[in-house]
Amino acid sequence: MGRYILRRLLQLVPVFLGTTFLIYLLVWALPGDPFAGKCGERACPDAYITRMREEFHLDENVVVQYLRYLGNLLQGDFGQTFSGTSVGELIAAAYPVTLRLAIVALLIEAIIGVLAGVLTGLRSGGFLDNLVLVSTLFLISVPVFVTGYVLQTVLGLRLGIISPTVSADAGFGELIVPGFVLASLSMAYVARLTRTSIAENRRSDYVRTAVAKGLEPRRVVGVHLLRNSMIPVITFLGVDLGSLMSGAIVTEGIFNIRGIGGLIFRSIALREGATVTGVVVLLVIVYLLMNLLVDVIYAVLDPRIRYV
Amino acid sequence: MNGTEPENPLVPGNTNETGGGKIIDALFSPLVEYDPQTAQPANMVAESIETSDSRVYTIRLKEGWTFHDGSPVTAQSFVRAWNYTAYSPNGQQNSSFFSQIQGFDQVHTVDPDGTAGPQTAPQPAAQEMSGLRVVDDRTFEVTLSAPFAVFPTMLGYRAFSPLPDVFFADQAAFEANPIGNGPFRFISRQPGVNVVVERYEPWPGAPKPSISGVEFRFYESAEAAYADVVANNLDFIEVIPPSGIAGNLYQTDLANRSVSRTFLGVQRLGFPLYDPRFQNPQLRQAISMAIDREAVNQQIFNGTRPPADGLVAPDVPGRVANQCGELCTYQPERARQMFEATGFQGPIELTSNADSGNAEWIQAACVSISNALGVQCTFVPVPTFGEIRSAINARQMNDIYRSSWVADYPSIENFLNPLYRTGGATNDGEYSNPAVDALLARADAAPSVEESNALYQEAERMIIQDMPAIPVYFQSFQAGWSERLQTVTVTPFRELDLESVTVSE
Repeated sequence: MGRYILRRLLQLVPVFLGTTFLIYLLVWALPGDPFAGKCGERACPDAYITRMREEFHLDENVVVQYLRYLGNLLQGDFGQTFSGTSVGELIAAAYPVTLRLAIVALLIEAIIGVLAGVLTGLRSGGFLDNLVLVSTLFLISVPVFVTGYVLQTVLGLRLGIISPTVSADAGFGELIVPGFVLASLSMAYVARLTRTSIAENRRSDYVRTAVAKGLEPRRVVGVHLLRNSMIPVITFLGVDLGSLMSGAIVTEGIFNIRGIGGLIFRSIALREGATVTGVVVLLVIVYLLMNLLVDVIYAVLDPRIRYV
Repeated sequence: MNGTEPENPLVPGNTNETGGGKIIDALFSPLVEYDPQTAQPANMVAESIETSDSRVYTIRLKEGWTFHDGSPVTAQSFVRAWNYTAYSPNGQQNSSFFSQIQGFDQVHTVDPDGTAGPQTAPQPAAQEMSGLRVVDDRTFEVTLSAPFAVFPTMLGYRAFSPLPDVFFADQAAFEANPIGNGPFRFISRQPGVNVVVERYEPWPGAPKPSISGVEFRFYESAEAAYADVVANNLDFIEVIPPSGIAGNLYQTDLANRSVSRTFLGVQRLGFPLYDPRFQNPQLRQAISMAIDREAVNQQIFNGTRPPADGLVAPDVPGRVANQCGELCTYQPERARQMFEATGFQGPIELTSNADSGNAEWIQAACVSISNALGVQCTFVPVPTFGEIRSAINARQMNDIYRSSWVADYPSIENFLNPLYRTGGATNDGEYSNPAVDALLARADAAPSVEESNALYQEAERMIIQDMPAIPVYFQSFQAGWSERLQTVTVTPFRELDLESVTVSE
């Protein structure tokens, strides 16, 4: 197990180098000059463009730029934006916010999704089953920005229960509604995934054996049935944390959460390669670590899965 | 109030977008201010600006002005700041505003093969402009390279702000903690979140602000800011997003706390005159007459954007109405006759960046053109503003393109010289007419603002006959505020007048 984890961690290095280089290259390859739109309808003075290019080494070959960036990154320096703000500071301010939002969303989708899935999986065909099927279908078909605006308008503006936007501190309480919006789509998938998995495993031999041994139903479901049925769900949830962190642009925009989504969106628009790469580096790490965590949990849930 | 992250460090000479601009305007007071209602210029830090020939200006400062660190605002503070901004190795965005001052070409050199080429701009011959001379602590003299009657009006633009000695001693420290001479002083800045300023008590200007400070809060989207204004979490937003404008929703959401007004901007369709296909003025006039401006205004903008009747926006000193006349009036038959006479081949293509909500009106204008002229008109979107500006700056446009213009300072001159004079700073279409150039030069040199305005108006009529760009509509904005704000004045520059606004708790 230890060797396995170590090997997986070592795999991080090439993936990390490859993604950051690709991202750097892609940002650089965007059409248009990063300073062309900076002075409104007038062209920026040559002197300004020259100074900025020199300051940010934009005249050099992109590979040289990347290596310089990588060198700084390894020393913990994320570089600067065009307005002179440290990218490290921006990320340090935005990351915890998005992480909190993603955790809130993940908890909501895991708790509600699994619960709904288990209940319907055990009693398929009933009223509750149909209700969950219809409501998850509804959640899957409605885009996130609709759910977001509707909840913001109804709860925030018309009823005044919540503040329509999240403050700069973004405490857990404020993030419940945005977290729900963000989680809504995945919640539906988790519910359906759990339901199918439970319904399938319910008829398997080991459950029949457990029931025949006379175990009480709670133990059969909670330990025997759920443990095996959770494997696909855990895979989904693990990968989902990564996409929740990177895919929160819409939700963050609606509720004005100062997180990673808005930061990356603004930086791409302004072509600030350093910021984009910095954020993506962290997202890549989150994905890889979550994948690793998921694989380790497999072994815990089902001892037949062994890693050597 | 609502804001956006400044794109550059908060230095007046290096800020020209609105996000950083309105913070600079709170932190700095220039020589001249503009009336928050009418945009008429009046002296602020300047006690007097005198000239006998519109070329040599003697500027005398009022007594008692200080920077936020307590040091006095002297003639030297202006001269040093202007020289710094104009000096090309400093790479300041607003350097071109000083081009009229004598000796600008000595301190500002241009890259001989463009910024993309291998050569670099030569080192300037001088550090300071010869046209700036400090007489004493409170007086300085500005000599322009050619007479320019509108110069005093320009002095209200933020690029002409003074800078304290601290700036020249330690620029990094200044950028971390900007020190101005304005009604508010800098308190803190949290990247991506806000900038906070508070009232500077010794500020000698009038009226003194009654509010104790301002937080410029950066929003992820205009919709979120709008929702916060409706819920009274945010006090002011100067651009209500389309979702609030649709069906005039904002008038119910923000009953008695919103305003809709025009500002000093005009929306145009520009022609790349370097493209041989667009060289016939008849063609350009025909397309102008084929656009039903009133229909565009009513159908797309709920009647908030008045059809353009000239090149100069409403409320601009020196403007006269209906300069464009027949040529900006929808006349499908005449347009079609003229268009067919030009023998223009192929479809008409209008292009614009798609990231700023211009697609709808351009499509509407295109329908109008298609119907009137009987040729196919299509809208060709370009993804970002940066991309379209790259092509325009490189003179690589081959379609008719959207290009708006918002005044830097309120004068008819600012709508003509930069845009239509040969080699003008924003003359993107490479329009050139020697008669117009001569008339603009005469207007610049006129001994008084009134006389020069009359000549500018004549030049405007002459330019319109050539139609190098089609004026389509005058820009407007819809601003809204919370229930806490009273006596709200929104200036023609789309800014909340921070000196007159009051807050109730």
